[in-house]
Amino acid sequence: MHPVFITIIKRLGLGVLTLLVVSAIIFSSVTMLPGDFGEAVLGQAATEETVAAFREELGLDKPAVVRYFEWAGAVLKGDLGTSFSGRSASGSDRSRSVAEMIGPRLKNTLFLAGVTAIIAVPLAILLGLSAALFRNSWYDRTVNATTLTTISMPEFFVAYVLILFFSSLWNVFPSLATVDPSMPLGERLNRIALPAITLTLVIVAHMMRMTRAAIINLLASPYIEMARLKGASRTEIILKHALPNAWAPIATVIAFNLAYLVVGVVVVEVVFVYPGIGQLMVDSVSSRDIPVVQACALIFAGTYIILNLVADIIGIVTNPRLLHPR
Amino acid sequence: MSIDNGADEQNSDILLDMRNIHIEGFSDEQWHPIIKGVDLQLKRGQIMGLIGESGAGKSTLGLAAMGFARAGCRFTQGEVNFEGTDLLKIKPSQRRKLWGTSIAYVAQSAAAAFNPAHRLIEQTIESATRSSMRPDNDSRADAIELYRSLQLPDPDSIGLRYPHQVSGGQLQRVMTAMAMSARPDLIIFDEPTTALDVTTQVEVLASMRQIVEQHNTAAIYITHDLAVVAQMADVIKVLRYGEEVEQADTRTMLSDPKQDYTRSLWSVRSLEKAEAKSEDIVLSMQDVHAAYGKVKVLHGIDINLPRGKTVAVVGESGSGKSTAARVITGLLPPESGSVHFNGEALPPALNARTPDQLRKIQMIYQMADTAMNPRQTVEQIIGRPISLYHGLSGKQKAARITELLHMIELDESFLDRLPAELSGGQKQRICIARALAAEPDVIICDEVTSALDQIVQEGILKLLLRLQEQYGYSYLFITHDIATVKAISDEIVVMYQGEVVEQGLKSDILSPPFPEYTDLLLSSVPEMDPDWLSNLLNARTAS
Repeated sequence: MHPVFITIIKRLGLGVLTLLVVSAIIFSSVTMLPGDFGEAVLGQAATEETVAAFREELGLDKPAVVRYFEWAGAVLKGDLGTSFSGRSASGSDRSRSVAEMIGPRLKNTLFLAGVTAIIAVPLAILLGLSAALFRNSWYDRTVNATTLTTISMPEFFVAYVLILFFSSLWNVFPSLATVDPSMPLGERLNRIALPAITLTLVIVAHMMRMTRAAIINLLASPYIEMARLKGASRTEIILKHALPNAWAPIATVIAFNLAYLVVGVVVVEVVFVYPGIGQLMVDSVSSRDIPVVQACALIFAGTYIILNLVADIIGIVTNPRLLHPR
Repeated sequence: MSIDNGADEQNSDILLDMRNIHIEGFSDEQWHPIIKGVDLQLKRGQIMGLIGESGAGKSTLGLAAMGFARAGCRFTQGEVNFEGTDLLKIKPSQRRKLWGTSIAYVAQSAAAAFNPAHRLIEQTIESATRSSMRPDNDSRADAIELYRSLQLPDPDSIGLRYPHQVSGGQLQRVMTAMAMSARPDLIIFDEPTTALDVTTQVEVLASMRQIVEQHNTAAIYITHDLAVVAQMADVIKVLRYGEEVEQADTRTMLSDPKQDYTRSLWSVRSLEKAEAKSEDIVLSMQDVHAAYGKVKVLHGIDINLPRGKTVAVVGESGSGKSTAARVITGLLPPESGSVHFNGEALPPALNARTPDQLRKIQMIYQMADTAMNPRQTVEQIIGRPISLYHGLSGKQKAARITELLHMIELDESFLDRLPAELSGGQKQRICIARALAAEPDVIICDEVTSALDQIVQEGILKLLLRLQEQYGYSYLFITHDIATVKAISDEIVVMYQGEVVEQGLKSDILSPPFPEYTDLLLSSVPEMDPDWLSNLLNARTAS
C-alpha cells in the first residue's frame, strides 16, 4: 500500500482517539457545571422527594462514570439521547429527542457556513495571491489595511453597520435572517446574505494574510531565483513555482476558519436572529439541558477534528516528498 | 576548448561585452560597492573562469552578465552588451525573454535550486517550451537526449522523478541539461560542483565540459577552486574586493601569475606537514558499530590516534566520518565496540562520563557560526570552559582568557565582541580557543576549514600545527579535502560506507599500491594541471 494511505489511516485513527478524549472532557466538564437540573426545573418549592424521583427518572442519580459509558455507548449507536426540557413537575412529558432538536439547527449552520466559505475562501486566496504578486504596492497596502480593519471590529458592530446600510438605508437585504426549510433556495440565500457577508469580512483577513505570507516566505528560496533566471514572469512565479509549495500552511488556516464558521458564530446568529446551532447550545447551557449541550459540544469537537484532518491530508498530498518517497 | 576561428573578425566574435560594471549592495542602512568597475569580454564558445575568495564579487558579476542583480543589489554604472544589446537598457520583460533561452544559469546548490513540487523534466524544459521554440514533445525528447549525453542513469525516466528522489551529483547534471535545453549562447555556472564530493565532482565536471564543448556554448565558470577552474576554462579572471586582479589564458595564469595575490592563492596548496610515527596511542576505537535508529552507519571500525599526532579521517559524505566523532565524544553511544582513552574504556554515553573525561576530549565544528551562542561575547564563550573545568574566576580567569586569545593570534580587543562581529576565520579561531580552554588531550576537528576561503584555511591550519608543536595536542581531523589532509596529517584513515578501508602513515596511504576506493578518491582530487581531467578520463576509460 502507498505509504501516504498508511499515514492518512494513522491520522484518522488519531482523530477518533482525540474525539474519544474530547468526549470524556466534555462529559466531565458538563457534570461539573454548578446547579442541578432537577431543582432548576421543579423550582424551590419542590420537595426533596419529588426532586429525587425526578433525578432518578433521568438517571442523574447514577455515578458519573456509569452515565458516561451509557451516554458514549448510545452516541456510538447514533442515539444522542433525549432532551431534558419539556418535562415539568406535574409529570407531563413533552420532551423531544436531541437529534430532532439539533438536526434542523445544524443544517442551518452548515448552510450559512457553506455559503460563507464559497465566497470567503476563493476571495481570500485571490486577494492573498494578488497582494503577494504586487507586494509593497498601493494595492497590497490597501488590501492589507482593509482586511485588518474588518477583522479588528467586533462582529456585532460589523453586523449592525451592514444592517444600517444594506437594510435600513438602501433596503437591499432583509435584516432578519429567519429561515425555514420550506423556503425556496433563492429566498433563503437572500435572507442569509447579511450574516454571510458579515462572516466573510471577519474571516477573510486571516486567510488572506496567511496566503500572502506563505507565498512571500517562499519567494526568497533559491528555486524561485532560479525560476526568475529561467525567464518566468511574476505571475508564473507566484502561481507555478510558489503556490504549489504553499498549500500546507494555507490549508491549515482555511480549516481553522471554516471550523470557526461552524462553532463560533453565535453572536452573528443572535444579531440576525438566525436559527443556528450556536444559539441552541447557549440556550441549553442556561436551561441545564445536559444532553443537548453534550451533543453540541461533540459536534463542535468533531468539526475541528475533521477539518484539521482534511488540512493535514492536503499538506501531505501536496508534498512530493511524502507523496513520492525515494 | 574555444574555437578561435582565425577567419572571423575579432569583434564580430564577441558575445558578451561588459564594460565598467559597478554594483552596490544595501546593508547596515547604506549602499556599499560590491563590484567596482570590472570589464569582461567573452567570445562565442569561450569559457571564462572567475575565481576569488568569498566576498570578491564573483557571483554578483556572474549574475550581472545576465543583467540581473539580486534583491538588495543595484547597478550604478556600466553596460552589459549581449550580442550588441545593452541588457541594462532594455525593458525587464525583454530581458526575461533572454533568460533561460539565450543566457542560462546553473546554480551552486542543485538541491535548493530545483522546485520541490515539480518533476525534473517539467523544470528542464520550462524555458524551452515557454519561448515556444519548439513543441512540448520535441523538448521532452531532447531533454532525454541531454540526460543521456550527460550520462545520467536511466535517462528515459529520470525526468519523471522529483528533485528529492535523485542524488546531488545527478541533480547538478539535470540542472546542466536544464540550462542547455533551450540551446543558449551563454551559460553561467555558479560554483556548480562546490557542494559535491570529489568523486562525484569529477563525473559532473567531465559531463559539463563535454556538453558545453559539443554545443559550442560560451560559459562563465565561477569557483573558488583553482584546480577545478583549470580543467574548465580557456581564460581565467581573478577577482578581489570587487576588482579585477588579473586575467590571462589558463596555462599562462597557472604557470606564470603576475600578481602577488594570485601567487598567494596558488601557494596555499603547497602546505605540507612532515609526518612522524608514534606507537603511543591516546585514543582508540575498537570494533565500533553504530546506528541512527534502524539505519546502520558504522560497521565495526577501528581507529587509533597516536599521542601528539594528527590522524586525518577522509571519505565522501555519508561514509560515517562525523558519526565516528559523535561516538568518540559520547553524543551517540555505539551499539557495540568500545572507545579507549589513555588505555581505559570510556563510558559509551555522554552523561555517564566524568567531567575530567569530558574535558580531555574537545570538539571543533565545521560551522563556527552555529557552534557559538550568538548572544554571548567572546569573553563568555572562552570563559565558560575555564570556570567549568578549572574553577577559575576573577583575575585568574581574565588572565587565562587573554592568554588563550594570544595563543590563537588575536588580542584583548576581541573580548567584548559578539560572534556576528567576527569574520569567518576569526570565528573558527574563537572555537579553537574554546576547545583549548579546557586543556584537552584530544581535539576532534570536524571539517573545520571546509567553510573557509583558501587563504583563511591556510591560516587556521598553520595555527593548529603550531599549537600541536607547542602543546602536544592530538588531532582527529575529519575532512573530505585531500589538500588539507596533506597539510596537517601524520596518519590517514580512509572511510567508505561506514567501514575503514585502511589506516596508515600519510606517505604509505598516499603512495601506490592503492586499494580500489582509495585510488578512486585520490585520483578524483583535481590538480592544477589543465590537462588533468582529460588525462584522468582517458586513463579511466582505458582501464
